[in-house]
Amino acid sequence: MRHVISVLVDNQPGVLSRVSGLFSGRGFNIESLNVAETLDPSISRMTLVTRGNDQIIEQIIKQLNKLVNVIKVFDLTGSDYVDREMALIKVNANASSRAEVLRIVEIFRGRVVDVSPKSYTLEVTGDDKKMRAAIDLLAPFGIMEIVRTGPVAISRTKKNGPNSSQRREKEPQD
Amino acid sequence: MKKTGAEILLESLKQEGVDTIFGFPGGAVLNIYDTLLRYSEEIRHILVRHEQGAVHAADGYARSSGKVGVCLVTSGPGATNTVTGVATAYMDSVPLVVLTGQVPTLLIGNDAFQEADIVGITRPCTKHNYLVKDVRDLALIVKQAFHLARTGRPGPILVDLPKDVMADSTEFSYPSKIKMRSYNPTYQGHAGQIKRAVKLIAKAHKPLIYAGGGVILSNASKELTALGQKFSIPVTTTLMGLGSFPGNHPLFLGMVGMHGTFPANMSITHCDLLIAIGARFDDRVTGKVEAFSPHSKKIHIDIDPTSISKNVPVDIPIVGDAKNVLKSMLKSFEEEPAQDWSKMRADWLKQIGEWKRTSPLTYNSGPGLKPQFVIQKINEITGDDVIITTEVGQNQMWTAQFFSFTKPRTLITSGGLGTMGFGFPAAIGAQVAFPEKIVIDIAGDGSFQMNVQELATAVQYNLPVKVAILNNHCLGMVRQWQQLFCDKRYSHTVFEVIPDFVKLAEAYGAVGLRATKSEEVEPVIREALSLRRPVVMDFVIDPSECVYPMVPAGAPLTEMLLV
Repeated sequence: MRHVISVLVDNQPGVLSRVSGLFSGRGFNIESLNVAETLDPSISRMTLVTRGNDQIIEQIIKQLNKLVNVIKVFDLTGSDYVDREMALIKVNANASSRAEVLRIVEIFRGRVVDVSPKSYTLEVTGDDKKMRAAIDLLAPFGIMEIVRTGPVAISRTKKNGPNSSQRREKEPQD
Repeated sequence: MKKTGAEILLESLKQEGVDTIFGFPGGAVLNIYDTLLRYSEEIRHILVRHEQGAVHAADGYARSSGKVGVCLVTSGPGATNTVTGVATAYMDSVPLVVLTGQVPTLLIGNDAFQEADIVGITRPCTKHNYLVKDVRDLALIVKQAFHLARTGRPGPILVDLPKDVMADSTEFSYPSKIKMRSYNPTYQGHAGQIKRAVKLIAKAHKPLIYAGGGVILSNASKELTALGQKFSIPVTTTLMGLGSFPGNHPLFLGMVGMHGTFPANMSITHCDLLIAIGARFDDRVTGKVEAFSPHSKKIHIDIDPTSISKNVPVDIPIVGDAKNVLKSMLKSFEEEPAQDWSKMRADWLKQIGEWKRTSPLTYNSGPGLKPQFVIQKINEITGDDVIITTEVGQNQMWTAQFFSFTKPRTLITSGGLGTMGFGFPAAIGAQVAFPEKIVIDIAGDGSFQMNVQELATAVQYNLPVKVAILNNHCLGMVRQWQQLFCDKRYSHTVFEVIPDFVKLAEAYGAVGLRATKSEEVEPVIREALSLRRPVVMDFVIDPSECVYPMVPAGAPLTEMLLV
């Protein structure tokens, strides 16, 4: 199953390498990974998308927590959250197709960010489903190049996310 | 008053109680070594002959004493030569601080002479590592390094020290306390989980304790022994757990796993409750995971949450320090109604007694000298007041099987990584920690040759380490696998050339002795022990001898090949 995991880490050199090394070294997969500073400049947030069964996801969360530079780990999947990604799409646009491309861009509330005689470069933002729909509709015109950010996600409920630090083993409340 | 980076480093080591370091100098650590001369009264430096020897010696020092082992090496090749040792310590959770020199900060990344990205290289095999870029961060980093090494699940920490940072100076004050927001190991087990575990143990008719190296690391042998003894629970251990429970106790079943004993492997398969303490369900223990202990509920006590339910799903996980958790469990037992535990488990203990009787550890005595006999003789002569290190392979498994370890920290062996060449330098480290104890490396001829250069170290510091080579002129364990699984095609496992170990020892200034017949074994051991010098004992053994029982890799534990 696909999981969106949000990780707060020390904003220090080498931390990204520790996280990516953990995934490659233990054979976990990363579909996408995003890193940027938070309001506190000493902390960065990573949003990563991964796949695996419950046992693998549990290991991923525990292994992330074990890294000394990892402050908190939240598994957003299964909770109420919003995620968005952005794509820059360079698509063929000649005299006959320009109008149709623009119409599609409008439907997806995207923007044209660059124009050349034979192409448009579009900016589209949305969740995974919307991105796929936009790409499917633009494909017939001929997509020359596409650059995607991968999703970033935020919890709708509490600050930082639904689960507190999952450093401890899941234990029932007494 | 300002101090240089090198002075701050050594002052910080003193503050951490370090009185011994193992090392090898070089260009990038010139300043540190120069300053070290002024600290020679307080910090003893053991000069090894290869950096791998330094890190294994620091490891042996740490495992035998429970203190943090420290080693100091130069940049580039000095640093990369420690990697095997660092990985060895990481797999077995040994507290180490490895100090590596680095080229000056301005040259980092320029492919400078003797430059290696050792922080990058060791990221996956250290608990954590640091590159010190500013002398003002140095004291705090050293403090953190020792804190991380010895707390939680212990492990090696590497600190990379650029040459200019060591020459630079700043005001020195050593932090007295430490708080790391992202590092808070759990020491106390969850009270509710402990209660649940105790209830399960109280009800179990066929319980079994499976103890690992974590029991030794947390100094919980007393509590483990109390739990087993009070409630009549038989105990098996992993290789790393040998010595955590008295090897001569009637409830002890011997080691479990690939070369585990028949009663241990049968008990773990047939128990109704498995209590894993400080062990991690390694593939050499479980055999085929799907067939591992199929009828049991499982309790797992471990300080590292990632060890829990990693390989085998667990019913009652308890994250915490083994000693604390076992203490709480023993206390919690007082609230349970008293029972005659040995009576309740009589059938189970009877069954185990049967297994012990029908299939004990044994070997065929043949015409040649048998390695098992040598190990039993060493055990008989030294008793239990001895520290045994091993290399890796048949020598290691025979030691685990035929030497009876009754106290913790008396067996020092590379369990997780399985590092050949570990045992001899580790024995040197243990001998430095305990100058008066008998320290014996039980070796193979293959493994011993991997770090034989450390004979010079043992001789230089007059460390009376003994090496017992079980010499079969081949890489015995690999040859055993080839015999069993490759139709006896012995591809590159038989040494055509081997040194004369007696002459080799003498060339280094040590003593060399040899035994080729059973009756020569005891006199050789006694002579070696009578000398306060490093001694190499060359026991020329029957090369066809194999380690049994053996469970083929990936097979269920009940499929044992017996003698």
